[in-house]
Amino acid sequence: MSVPGLRLLLLVLISLCIPNVWADQSLPYKIDIGRGGHCVRDPVWMRKNHMHLLIHQRDLTVREGKPNKEIDLRNCVECHASTKDDSVIARSDSFCVACHRYEAVKIDCFECHSGIRKSAWLQRNAK
Amino acid sequence: MNDIQDQRRNFLKTSVGVAAVAIAPGLLLFKVAHGKSDDDSKVRWGMLIDTANCAEGCKDCVTACNKENGLSGGLAPTDSQWIRKIEIKDVSTGHQFALPMMCQHCAEPPCVDVCPTGASFKRYDGIVLVDKHRCIGCRYCMMACPYKARSFVHAPLHDQNPDVPRGKGTVESCTMCVHRVDEGKQPACAEACPNKSILFGNLHDPNSEIAKKIRSVSSAQVRADLNLNTGIRYQGI
Repeated sequence: MSVPGLRLLLLVLISLCIPNVWADQSLPYKIDIGRGGHCVRDPVWMRKNHMHLLIHQRDLTVREGKPNKEIDLRNCVECHASTKDDSVIARSDSFCVACHRYEAVKIDCFECHSGIRKSAWLQRNAK
Repeated sequence: MNDIQDQRRNFLKTSVGVAAVAIAPGLLLFKVAHGKSDDDSKVRWGMLIDTANCAEGCKDCVTACNKENGLSGGLAPTDSQWIRKIEIKDVSTGHQFALPMMCQHCAEPPCVDVCPTGASFKRYDGIVLVDKHRCIGCRYCMMACPYKARSFVHAPLHDQNPDVPRGKGTVESCTMCVHRVDEGKQPACAEACPNKSILFGNLHDPNSEIAKKIRSVSSAQVRADLNLNTGIRYQGI
């Protein structure tokens, strides 16, 4: 077999492995990750630790006036809001609700904060 | 003899050490409690409001504030009002004028003094805010404020502005549009005023427009007798 042929075979084998990697990180419930993506840390780390980032950053932002573009609830919502309804909290499979319901952890962020994608909110409220 | 002297010397040394250790935290706490002097900061946001230009009956600043911050605009006792227009008449002379009244962003804010949880605080740039993560809704600050500037959110809110989080059970007031100021913009009321009678700027920058104007014209604080050193100053009252 020629070298390009071997490379192709290798590529096919590697791509066959990808679903297995996904299977390792799969969740026992349905979740709408919106646009998704990977900007702060990898998803597995974020799943465990996002609350520490948020609770630390909120004091810096509110009290010291040092906002962080990366760790900003509005940014999280911007990418993770559903592409269907622009929200992270509207349905039982919405990005924040799905896990928090499964883990039975109440989120009170969105009693004050908007759970709606800012660009969508601005579009709706533009007059 | 030498032995005793040495012992005495050591005893004195240790006593001084112990005393220092005992007193130091007290001094530190004293310093923390009194905070950093406001004059250290390079920025202190403030406003100069020219009442001569403030038209009676005009409520553009109030409307702009309500829209920017998602307030209902209602006037019921349970509705939030961050800024209101006040019309004043001197009965003896008949002199009548109008002015907008809101949080005066005091340098020595009474709301911060009374807050039991540290939710009421003053930012490094002089803006007085409520940290709603810490607010328990006790409303002491509302009672302490001589300007009646704060409101309490009585009912659940929906569809807030993503830049302005507001929620039931917390106290709120004018934030000097902190989300806009941090982006380098003007507060909504200052931008909306048709007569440009609200001048917003940095009081601590000697070259800023507001600092120059405040040097050249006579301005006053509302309830200056309370020595709160307000960030909002009025011209012509």
